Amino acid sequence: MHKLNIKNPTNNETNPTTLGIGSIFNMDTLVQQIINGLVLGSLYALVALGYTMVYGIINLINFAHGEVLMVGAMVCWSVMTFLAREFPQLSVGWAFTLGLLTACLVSVLLNVAIEKLAYRPLRNAPKLAPLITAIGVSTLLQTLAMIIFEPNYKSFVNPLPSDPLAFWGAVITPTQVMILITTVVLLLLLVVVIHATRLGRAMRATSENEQIAALMGVKPDRVISATFAIGAILASVAGVMWAANFGTVHHSMGFLPGLKAFTAAVLGGIGNLPGAVLGGLCLGLIESIGSGYLGPLSGGVLGSQYSDIFAFLVLIGILTLRPSGLLGERLAQRA
Amino acid sequence: MKIFKLHPWVLVSALVLLVLPLVLQPFGNAWVRIVDVALIYVLLALGLNIVVGFAGLLDLGYVAFFAIGAYLYALLASPQLLESWGWLQDHYPLGLHTPWWVVLPLSAILAGIFGVLLGAPTLKLRGDYLAIVTLGFGEIIRVFMNNLDQPFNITNGPKGIGGIDPIQIAGHPLSKKITWIGIEFNSVTLYYYLFLITVLLAVVICYRLQNSRIGRAWMAIREDEVAAQAMGLNTRNLKLLAFALGATFGGVAGAFFAAFQRFISPESFGLMESVMVVAMVVLGGAGHIPGVILGALLLSIVPEALRYVATPLQELSSGRIDASILRQLLIALTMVLAMLCRPQGLWPKNKSGGLR
Repeated sequence: MHKLNIKNPTNNETNPTTLGIGSIFNMDTLVQQIINGLVLGSLYALVALGYTMVYGIINLINFAHGEVLMVGAMVCWSVMTFLAREFPQLSVGWAFTLGLLTACLVSVLLNVAIEKLAYRPLRNAPKLAPLITAIGVSTLLQTLAMIIFEPNYKSFVNPLPSDPLAFWGAVITPTQVMILITTVVLLLLLVVVIHATRLGRAMRATSENEQIAALMGVKPDRVISATFAIGAILASVAGVMWAANFGTVHHSMGFLPGLKAFTAAVLGGIGNLPGAVLGGLCLGLIESIGSGYLGPLSGGVLGSQYSDIFAFLVLIGILTLRPSGLLGERLAQRA
Repeated sequence: MKIFKLHPWVLVSALVLLVLPLVLQPFGNAWVRIVDVALIYVLLALGLNIVVGFAGLLDLGYVAFFAIGAYLYALLASPQLLESWGWLQDHYPLGLHTPWWVVLPLSAILAGIFGVLLGAPTLKLRGDYLAIVTLGFGEIIRVFMNNLDQPFNITNGPKGIGGIDPIQIAGHPLSKKITWIGIEFNSVTLYYYLFLITVLLAVVICYRLQNSRIGRAWMAIREDEVAAQAMGLNTRNLKLLAFALGATFGGVAGAFFAAFQRFISPESFGLMESVMVVAMVVLGGAGHIPGVILGALLLSIVPEALRYVATPLQELSSGRIDASILRQLLIALTMVLAMLCRPQGLWPKNKSGGLR
């Protein structure tokens, strides 16, 4: 019988390096942890943007957003497996690119469909109703993924060479470089979309005040769908990158990144796009550096298996001390 | 107290509840066991209903309190602690067998304390933040359960704790069957009566709470927190009280669960369980006690019945769909469809009740 195990397959997955006790406060290790933290953080940032955009516009925590990441990775894996079987002459790089594009397409369709079917009918319902639906959708997607793709861990073929590049005493893998570059490119694209297109202006207007935006000729439904679509692209790219970096995919891989990305969004100030990026990077760094030094500092009592706890401690801390987040201003208690 | 008005209908249902396990027994203990587990879920759902239904706070980490109760019972009434800490053996040469009537209140209190600890930093915030923080709290508890086998072995990690004492009443452990006036009472049947009494007690407590000053205050907070505050209610303390009381129910249910199963592992306390209890409350009708009981019974018994459907389905789908996946699918669909089609639940109180 398959029990749903939501925890990550191995604890190493979120903190790729484990340190020996002797290496506390070694400069090289610190550089290494910062690199790992930035890579992890940029993935969180991509997912956090989806949370924050949706929240900014319809005030909903889209619980199923982490699952979009999972679906992206799963679809990419399926396409790559299919291509490797049917067209063995195709290079891995091409298979990966095709897989990534398919993943984006499927995730966009899925996320837009979720919004239409599950959230739109409840837009004026009591506060908790859409949240509960979102949890249901998340569970549903995970279960369906388990049925369709079977519940085992699948290894993800990385198109890039695995030899790390060394500099400043630290190493960085080509995959990590790819993640950083992709994140920067996507963020620039997002800035262009938000600030230089009609759609972006409509999104900003809707997030400011949906009714008045509608009076100005913006179609809120269309803007909301577009928001979900953009969020889905970012999340599925993050999912594929996640899979390439850690080398495995499985049906519950979206849960923890989703939760942490939400934490990142809150950390940066929910509804605030630069905040989500900042929050993601901060959270990645906190997690990576924290779990790297936790073991040595506590004399081996607490190991890196506690790294998943950092995100939640950060979340509880930030909500207690500064609920508006690092960059957020407007978060009054609304009745 | 309306529920105690002697009505033929009440008498009939009381009779049915009394003989139910004796009727089911001949068909196999598995059936009675299903009902026992359903009663534990009813207890959990009633507890969560205080938080979600009465006070309108969405708690997605409720299973953490269940886990706290279960682990406390398991640690105080199993060989686990003595095995990992040899020096304790000198103090307890006969083994650590704390009686259940000591552990049960302790579980309730400990869970209640954790409820306050969790609620305190977050109650100023909006409901959806609370949901995420409670979810995170549930995960933290689970990470600790999984990893507290090092450097000191407390929870035995993912392997779980076994050899837990059964509940012992009047010198008789409920894990052994007894024969009384010619009727055989199996272990599961004895537990059934214990759980039934507890659930009835819980129902009475819930009704009393609902109709009390506190209950009305909770509902006022659920409907409109700002207005409730303006009416002079101390919303923070009231919300903390709801959290603590809800957690207490979870702790008691956990202790019963540990004694009943006699083995616990972190696997039983995953997020899916929290989600399931929320689904029970929401499906039945948040805030309406009979509805919540109905929801808990439906969602715990129907998946068990589905096991019989699952076998052919498993063959059809070449092993991809088994009973536990089917159960998960059912819960997920329940949550989505209940909210979309009947947001007030299957058996809501009246028009004004339900989820806010």
